[in-house]
Amino acid sequence: MSERAELLLEIADDELILGWRNSEWTGIAPFLEEDVAFSSIAQNEIGHARALYQLVAEELGTTADELAFDRSPHEYRCSRFVQLQLVADWARTIARHVLYEEADEQRIAALKASDDQDVAGLAAKIDREEVYHRLHAQMWHERLANEPRYIEALGELRPLVSERGEPTPDFAQLWEEMTMVRRSVPGATW
Amino acid sequence: MVTADAVWSALAEIPDPEIPVISLVDLGVIRDVEVEGSRVRVEFTPTFLGCPALETMRDAMDARLRELGADPDVQVVVDDSWSTDRITPEGREKLREAGFAPPAPREAAAPTIVQLTGTSFRCPYCGSTETRLENLFGPTPCRSLRYCASCRQPFEQFKTI
Repeated sequence: MSERAELLLEIADDELILGWRNSEWTGIAPFLEEDVAFSSIAQNEIGHARALYQLVAEELGTTADELAFDRSPHEYRCSRFVQLQLVADWARTIARHVLYEEADEQRIAALKASDDQDVAGLAAKIDREEVYHRLHAQMWHERLANEPRYIEALGELRPLVSERGEPTPDFAQLWEEMTMVRRSVPGATW
Repeated sequence: MVTADAVWSALAEIPDPEIPVISLVDLGVIRDVEVEGSRVRVEFTPTFLGCPALETMRDAMDARLRELGADPDVQVVVDDSWSTDRITPEGREKLREAGFAPPAPREAAAPTIVQLTGTSFRCPYCGSTETRLENLFGPTPCRSLRYCASCRQPFEQFKTI
């Protein structure tokens, strides 16, 4: 696999898995506005994953869905950080959101400067949407800045941001849920 | 014989699946139309990448162009060519009439918290700028929620992207 495909897969996997984790707040966020916000952010992240998988799929001669759902758990390249199941701990969820957006901003900026026009164009489009995720993260960061549980969560999670390697125990259950439909009904369309 | 004008007119009749008061042409998502005999190639860009209406829009365009007797090839282009500045003046007016505040013009720099929590956004119902941000996110990825303190009406604000 080319370096380009490896890098794009890594980012797509991060976005898909974080989107999945964020969507776990749908229906149970601390208040209605956050229910809407986290669901919307999750939808955007999974949309970014889809477009990134599409770029890789064209290179590898496969499809976005096959890349997203038909790999075995150890083939995913996402960081261990996005795999953690943090529901129903809001302080740690916001800490991850803030840290992820911070790291993702730098990564997207690098992709926007790429010589590869497909990558640079997609990164620029993703960046327009991410602006709102960053503003949302910033508002929460300011709101919780003096909360001991939030400060502790930032300290705990910061070293893990780009830790990759063996999947975490949390990932096994997510993978089971996420790939269940395609494993039980191969080739299903709807 | 299918002409490019006929294609544009046909596409202008297709409503946005989530905000049906505005058409795909008003929304500015049709990037290019090329006609070669009966073969029609349409390039369109999603507003947001996670837009669940993407396939619906593509299928609607495909079906409408077949009605014209064309052999359509609708391509989804995911580059940076769409922004809310591409929404036409007619489109902006249709949005406002339907109670969606049209997006603010895009500036060189990305929007900031200070701008979004400020009072420069106009209520689509009464025109007052005494409005406040309720939620950066709304019922679809393209909208935020605001509240008008003058007419005491919540409303949806199209995000600037």
